[in-house]
Amino acid sequence: MAEPPRVLVIGATSAIAQAVARIYAARGSRLYLVARDASKLEAVRADLAARGAAQADAIVADLARIERHGQIVDDAATALAGIDVALIAHGVLPEQARAQSSFAEAQRALEVNFTSPASLAHEIANRFETRGRGTLAVIGSVAGDRGRQSNYVYGAAKGGLAIFLQGLRHRLHRSGVKILTVKPGFVDTPMTAGFPKGPLWASPERVARGIVAAIDRGTSGEIYVPGFWRAIMALIRALPERVFVKTKL
Amino acid sequence: MNAGRALEAPSWGRFPRQRAARLEALQWRHEPLPASAPLLPRGCGSSYGDSCLNEGGTLLDTTRLDRLVAFDRERGVVRCEAGVTFEQLLDVIVPAGWFLPVSPGTRRVTVGGAIANDVHGKNHHRAGTFGAHVRALELVRSDGSRLVCTPGSNVERFAATVGGLGLTGLVSWAEFGLKRIARAELHVETRRFHGIDEFLALSAESAGRFEHTVAWVDTTARGRHFARGLFMGANHAEEPGPLMARSRGRRLAIPFDFPAFALSRLSVRAFNVLHFSTARVGPARAHLQPFFYPLDAIGQWNRMYGRRGFVQHQCVVPMAPARAATGALLDAISASGEASFLSVLKVFGERPSPGLMSFPRPGVTLALDFPMRGARTLALLERLDAIVMEAGGAIYPAKDARMSRDTFRRSFPRLEEFARHIDPAFSSSFWRRVHG
Repeated sequence: MAEPPRVLVIGATSAIAQAVARIYAARGSRLYLVARDASKLEAVRADLAARGAAQADAIVADLARIERHGQIVDDAATALAGIDVALIAHGVLPEQARAQSSFAEAQRALEVNFTSPASLAHEIANRFETRGRGTLAVIGSVAGDRGRQSNYVYGAAKGGLAIFLQGLRHRLHRSGVKILTVKPGFVDTPMTAGFPKGPLWASPERVARGIVAAIDRGTSGEIYVPGFWRAIMALIRALPERVFVKTKL
Repeated sequence: MNAGRALEAPSWGRFPRQRAARLEALQWRHEPLPASAPLLPRGCGSSYGDSCLNEGGTLLDTTRLDRLVAFDRERGVVRCEAGVTFEQLLDVIVPAGWFLPVSPGTRRVTVGGAIANDVHGKNHHRAGTFGAHVRALELVRSDGSRLVCTPGSNVERFAATVGGLGLTGLVSWAEFGLKRIARAELHVETRRFHGIDEFLALSAESAGRFEHTVAWVDTTARGRHFARGLFMGANHAEEPGPLMARSRGRRLAIPFDFPAFALSRLSVRAFNVLHFSTARVGPARAHLQPFFYPLDAIGQWNRMYGRRGFVQHQCVVPMAPARAATGALLDAISASGEASFLSVLKVFGERPSPGLMSFPRPGVTLALDFPMRGARTLALLERLDAIVMEAGGAIYPAKDARMSRDTFRRSFPRLEEFARHIDPAFSSSFWRRVHG
């Protein structure tokens, strides 16, 4: 294999980001990690360094402050001497009941799950465009494929993010920059700790393998991980509205 | 985490069946413990009986505490969180030219579990227990305190925690030394033996020649074939070569519970005759994986024992009465009409175990497993316990689901010293059963 990719990981303490970063660490990649919580970030940084990352830098940042995003990406590019792969993985799952009784709560969720990652995607993609290469992978969600009563605030943010990335992809089609929208289904992570788990649930490690395989293949587009979610979501999207509104989904 | 199935997560033997009230998945090593006592840390749940169960209490699922803290690739020292499994560890250390200092017969154990049970392996006669290689660990107590324990500082807490069955608090991380290897391969030599005398002679002669030794014994053979078996000795290959953590080869899985008759005395006997007579004796080479972890190649092998599960019995008896006691144990099995499918004999060495409650001690150890058939199985195990107690031996808690309080007390002479170190918020089904 050629030089292992230099990877920027935003939201590095999320379960999926950790699992992706471990795959790159095992390959000897240089990593630049960004997250909000210093103790968690240090635990993740040490893990990746011990697993073989050629470099594992970590900086603490509040990603809600979008005016800082450009600087974060520039610092990462300097530290890594160039970014080959960037993963945006931060997000929160709002409690739907609270988000529908208080729009302030909904707004907060939209900012964390849409505005912040869209701003980072913008900063990263524009720099990739200048260099004429780079892969940007962003964690979206199957929740963004259709508005549902149980989860529409989170779904709106993730759906909006998917459209934003779709547009970026279109814009950068000829530039050599790859934009990957990752739509995991149910993943067993701390974010979903309160949910009963069934056969549709996947481990963060399985999702991570799917993401890295798509990056390795040079995919620019949308992927569902695990892949069977493509069929499930096609079905859910195809349900006529008059039928869909009667479901409890 | 979710209610329902996970709370019923059984031990590997699937007997007894008990329900915890709560399952808390720990995510970060610096976070405080939950308050819902009684607490019990649980890793892979590979203990066979009830030492990894906490009926009505809270299980602290440690499997997400799976981060390394540091890995010194030159000196061969790892510090990692307690939920890192041996399987995950091997994937990292073998390619770097290192192996576990001590390994049980499965990779499906966490570092925390290996410490809590002070596990042993085929190299006990040289390396002692896993705990003998632990250089430091952090113990998190329910009062919020965190204590770094080493063989040289906080010595009493260290000695109580190694082999302490998860009762002295949560081990959040541990540091231990590794064993250098040149390639992921062993030179293995297999020999047949007939009778306990031959086994003991082979063990004595092999202790100096082989780093790893273990024997399989046919518990169904009688008469002139009594106590026949296969003795294996192995050394790590010294010529530098490939360092792949996993061997190629298909991974099988038992997809459903076998019916109760599948492992009858007849089928076990047939298997044993076949295994003994068709075994390839003499020297051979083997990858680490099939030698150390043959059963890991068969996913969920515990399902062979059907829905009722199975019980393990592992004892150790001191060297002096070992010959007579081992014979008496095999006689008792033979007379009972029960059959042990996987029966393993090994001579433990002199290297002292660091834990107050460590099971390994000098002598001969015999590990057995029986399909759980209720009262008659339990009656046989009582007879085996009596023979072991008579010989001044001990029963292994990690494999036990039924020993009496008296047997437990006699197996562990430093029990009361240990009990003083138990965290007041920690307990297990096993502990309440044998001490409580």
